[in-house]
Amino acid sequence: MAEPLAAATTAQHGQPDIVSKRDFLKLVTISGAAIGAGAFAWPFIASMNPSRDVLALSSVEVDLTPVQAGQGITVVWRGKPIFVRHRTEAEIKEAVDTPLQAMIEPVPDADRVKPGHAQWIVVIGICTHLGCVPLGNKPTDPRGDYGGWFCPCHGSQYDTAGRVRHGPAPLNLFLPPYAFESDTKIRIG
Amino acid sequence: MAGLYKSDYENPVIRWIDTRLPIFSLMQKEYGTFPTPRNFNYFWNFGALALVTLVIMMATGIFLAMNYSPNTGLAFDSVQRIMRDVNYGWLLRYTHQNGASMFFMVVYIHIFRGFYYGSYKYPRELLWMIGVVILLLMMATAFMGYVLPWGQMSYWGATVITNLFSAIPVIGQTVVTWLWGGFSVDNPTLNRFFSLHYLLPFVLFGVVFLHVVALHITGSNNPLGIEVKTPQDTLPFHPYYTIKDSVGLCVFLIVFAVFVFFVPHTLGDPNNFIPANPLQTPADIVPEWYFLPFYAILRSVPNKLGGVTLMFASILVLFVLPWLDTSPVRSARFRPLYRPFIFVLVLSLFALGAVGAHKPEGLWVVLGRVCTAYYFLHFLVILPVLGVLERPLPLPESISRPVLGPPGGGGPMPAGAAAKPMEKS
Ligand code: HEM
Ligand code: FES
Repeated sequence: MAEPLAAATTAQHGQPDIVSKRDFLKLVTISGAAIGAGAFAWPFIASMNPSRDVLALSSVEVDLTPVQAGQGITVVWRGKPIFVRHRTEAEIKEAVDTPLQAMIEPVPDADRVKPGHAQWIVVIGICTHLGCVPLGNKPTDPRGDYGGWFCPCHGSQYDTAGRVRHGPAPLNLFLPPYAFESDTKIRIG
Repeated sequence: MAGLYKSDYENPVIRWIDTRLPIFSLMQKEYGTFPTPRNFNYFWNFGALALVTLVIMMATGIFLAMNYSPNTGLAFDSVQRIMRDVNYGWLLRYTHQNGASMFFMVVYIHIFRGFYYGSYKYPRELLWMIGVVILLLMMATAFMGYVLPWGQMSYWGATVITNLFSAIPVIGQTVVTWLWGGFSVDNPTLNRFFSLHYLLPFVLFGVVFLHVVALHITGSNNPLGIEVKTPQDTLPFHPYYTIKDSVGLCVFLIVFAVFVFFVPHTLGDPNNFIPANPLQTPADIVPEWYFLPFYAILRSVPNKLGGVTLMFASILVLFVLPWLDTSPVRSARFRPLYRPFIFVLVLSLFALGAVGAHKPEGLWVVLGRVCTAYYFLHFLVILPVLGVLERPLPLPESISRPVLGPPGGGGPMPAGAAAKPMEKS
């Protein structure tokens, strides 16, 4: 320890020994204070992260039985709207058959749904452009040219797999983590 | 005279700023080379400790406020949520809660230092009076903060203290209704107390700044209570007193941490774990320890207006202390009569604290009255008379004499260390 330190301080000041001890003490004092200040700041910063009661709200169960084909519902998960939509046979066929080249972020339909549950599309209902909630869950809503969702803010359009087909949104709607608990029930989160 | 400030800094960035806003030069002058009496003892740490505590209170308070709801229906539960669910919420709250006690402990010792070494005397009268304003602001802040968790003690403390103003003749009840914003302590009261509890610490910070400005005009007093005469009597503030303050700060933070981590509830009242109930007063109402002596004075007078008046007077008398003490000698070291009397005053304040913590029955009532009488006697009679009767001990010639000279000095400073800063300045 002493040797490299002495060498370093000698290089700095062109003075041996006496200076190195004081510099060492300064270094220890200042790093001690810096570590202390960091340790002091840590709980303050951590306190602004989600608290335990907020984290405890992080999963919801959704019963799918009332949702008719062609309709969608919106549920709230972590304060965000989640679109759960029951796709018709025609919509599924179109989503599967669309060539990937036609997409802005190309993803096959199979990667957007759970295997064996192609009629259910579950996406986070937040436009990937600047965060508005797109329209289209209700059959009476405007759904855009691709039959999925239409964002009223700047006109982005999504297909029935939640893939963006018309900008300015750059990405497909995000998928929340979810699983089928039974054929008629999913658990989000 | 427009133009740039002449800065001594070489670094171009620092120099650019310093010539336009000489903040670096100012800090260097007031906290770097600032000539400080060389004979400070550890009593001179407590001002710095109080400042650090104020900053800790503001930091923890602002983060508590991010999770606190000032509404009678939500306040208690929001504090419980801080304790259980918010990350490190328990740490923020325990630090804030015990920090209030630490703050008063530090400030009371700071004030005792002033008593003992005569720091309130010419030319530091205004500095002292600003200090009394700080004490009053602290009391108001702590009182309103204590209401926020909306426990039983919060509620009944708020009721009792606001009702003090009902003792004012004629307009008393109107004033109390105005303070409450209603006909009892309720949601409007809680809202305004939160608003003011947030505001006052910042006012406090401003007043502390004035306190420090005044200090830097007169310079610090010192344990000998004699003025600085030559540069040999002083040391530059940095590094000598930055280091001495750091040592004291480490010890203080250890004490603080022991309370926060091991005995966080020792200084608190268990009744505040019960949500506020406007229909039932707890069996024994006791204020926080730092208010006990004043509470005891209040209860020692068997008359409503009299008790309230005396309680406020017990602090207001401090404003005129510089003129009540007629002795020209500052430090109690050289005042053979003042010295025992100031210890009796401290004793009576501790006794008043004990009186405040007990039900006003039997001997406690007598003790409370005796100590209250002594408190005022000390300031209003003993101090003015002492200045005339007392024969002070001979004062040392200068600060550096008893420190550096061999006999009677006990000077801890090696001659080399003492000489060095003089060469620099
Ligand atoms: C002069 C400095 C301060 C003092 C002496 C002080 C004192 C107090 C006291 C005694 C309590 C009650 C503690 C309890 O029993 O829980 C409290 C609570 C509180 N204070 Fe302060 N405080 C100060 C500064 C601040 C600041 C700057 C804020 C910022 C908004 C703040 C926000 C709060 C909040 C939100 C509570 C309620 C939560 C709780 O009870 O822990 N305080 N304060
Ligand atoms: S936010 Fe949806 S298109 Fe801009």
